Amino acid sequence: MSNSPSTLFDKVWDSHVVRKIEDGPDVFFIDRHFIHEVTSPVAFLGLETRGIGVLFPERTFATADHNTPTINQHLPVEDPLSANQLLQLEKNTSKYGISHWGLGNPKNGIVHVVGPENGITLPGMTIVCGDSHTSTHGAFGAIAFGIGTSEVEMVLSSQCIMQPKPKKMIINVNGTLGKGVTPKDVALYIISKLTTSGATGYFVEYAGDVFRNMSMEGRMTVCNLSIEMGARGGMIAPDQTTFDYIEGRELAPKGADWDKQLAYWKTLKTDEGASFDQVINFNASDIEPMITYGTNPGMGMGISKHIPKATDVEGGVATYEKSLDYMGFAEDDAMIGKKVDYVFIGSCTNGRIEDFRAFASIVKGRKKADHVTAWVVPGSHIVEKQIKDEGIFDILTEAGFELRQPGCSACLAMNDDKIPAGKYAVSTSNRNFEGRQGPGSRTLLASPLVAAAAAVTGVVTDPREFL
Amino acid sequence: MAYDSFSILKSSAVPLPIENVDTDQIIPARFLKATERKGFGDNLFRDWRYDKNDQPKADFVLNNPTYQGKILVGGKNFGSGSSREHAAWAIYDYGFRCVVSSFFADIFRGNAINVGILPVQVSPEFLHQIFEAIEKDPKAELEVNLEEQRISIVSTGASESFDINGYKKHNLLNGFDDIDYLQAMKDEIVSFASNR
Repeated sequence: MSNSPSTLFDKVWDSHVVRKIEDGPDVFFIDRHFIHEVTSPVAFLGLETRGIGVLFPERTFATADHNTPTINQHLPVEDPLSANQLLQLEKNTSKYGISHWGLGNPKNGIVHVVGPENGITLPGMTIVCGDSHTSTHGAFGAIAFGIGTSEVEMVLSSQCIMQPKPKKMIINVNGTLGKGVTPKDVALYIISKLTTSGATGYFVEYAGDVFRNMSMEGRMTVCNLSIEMGARGGMIAPDQTTFDYIEGRELAPKGADWDKQLAYWKTLKTDEGASFDQVINFNASDIEPMITYGTNPGMGMGISKHIPKATDVEGGVATYEKSLDYMGFAEDDAMIGKKVDYVFIGSCTNGRIEDFRAFASIVKGRKKADHVTAWVVPGSHIVEKQIKDEGIFDILTEAGFELRQPGCSACLAMNDDKIPAGKYAVSTSNRNFEGRQGPGSRTLLASPLVAAAAAVTGVVTDPREFL
Repeated sequence: MAYDSFSILKSSAVPLPIENVDTDQIIPARFLKATERKGFGDNLFRDWRYDKNDQPKADFVLNNPTYQGKILVGGKNFGSGSSREHAAWAIYDYGFRCVVSSFFADIFRGNAINVGILPVQVSPEFLHQIFEAIEKDPKAELEVNLEEQRISIVSTGASESFDINGYKKHNLLNGFDDIDYLQAMKDEIVSFASNR
């Protein structure tokens, strides 16, 4: 390897290239592969059709999450199609000797929550999954991104995929975040500035004070949302916060192996003078609690602002108008005070313990607004247990909230957790696309604090009023 | 061989001049419950195509028999969002073999090629010309020549070249896929893994 300064991304990418194809992609080695019930069955079918097997079953980890109910998980799944997907995952993993944390397993939960919390996600690794929010794992200094089902089949059969190396972008956010401004707001702010396609073709490194001072949960929230500005993934150089999070987790390295890996992890940072294709700088003090008003995650703004005019935003007027029409909003509307019907806290974006602590900090001693239906869905059984152990469960119960069981739930509404047509949901998830949370649903993406403020007041509310 | 090989496609096109068409619109999540790759075309653009009573919406382009063809022309940032390959399957299963846009989301672009759909990225100006040509004559044909990496509007003769890497081009022209390639280099991969 050359001695010229290189980026964190280069160091990890280049060490995983098995073969470079001239005028083609790199043959890229994958350390760890997560699968779930929705994007894997056709890949297993492909293996059968071709008569090939799984090359390294110990490098693939399965969990059921996308299509699982969030109540009565001990009962048989009612929807026959969903039940069949879960059954196929169980059969396929059992046939090929792949670890499977299905419904009822104490380690079950959302793939991007359980990977890190069990010590599967480690710095310097390459991690893929048939899910675009695989970018979450970049929080540990891993190269992690979502793939299609054909690529799932490639990883199963050869532990490699064919990928052209993306361009490199660094996003620096320096300064101190204001009161009530969370990692979710930082991410929604960046996406609102870059637009939903502004980082397409790039892999992002997040750097600066704001990310250095962020917890691992917060870093995961930020990296999770990288795909929403088009980036394949985003990563943050590992540091003591990272190492402290990993140490002692069930599948994390132990003893001499830990020491050896730790020494390597400490080399995983961008060298001084390394170059990026694009450098973007933001000031932390410019960021306020965010909320989206449209039908893609780039259509977000500070919660106290008014909806921009079509002529003031990038992109076509017709597309913008279609979006506001779908939402039932108009240019120049204030978001504060808009009626909210549903509140969803959970998902791979904001379904970790810190998110429920934030949510509880506002609902504590208050009551859920009567007309609001709230779905409080932990990202995993481990998060669920933390919620109970820390007394958050009692705070939620006293305020009139019920805790559901783990899963992707209303983030993509594959199960029964669907927002009805025309209803407004303040959601801590990642996408506000038309119909994302159920046909005709209208989604306002926001942080757990904004979600909590909406849940207790029944309208869009600035959470800083409660802090 | 996972799909039909692709060389020259001459066809009228279906215009969808909307930006940021995300994969949740192409195929909503509730239709991802199958365990086999079939029938996804029926639910392509489901919620734009059908109302809540499953009746076709007359104003959506796929319900307008005036517009037909094997080429789908979309606005900027086509295929953003979820990595679901089902979106590419739905487009293929419906009968499209090529999607034209001025910008594609990364994962969708890769998925499209992997299932045998050619994503053709053109300049915003050329995209505009295509939409104009179709507006003038819904039967206006486009010709996509993969070997020459060129897309033309047959009626006006206007054309533009497009990018695709040599490896993927070879695959599409011959109907090969990445799994064939990776299977052939398994020993090299195993040796790479053992040195890690």
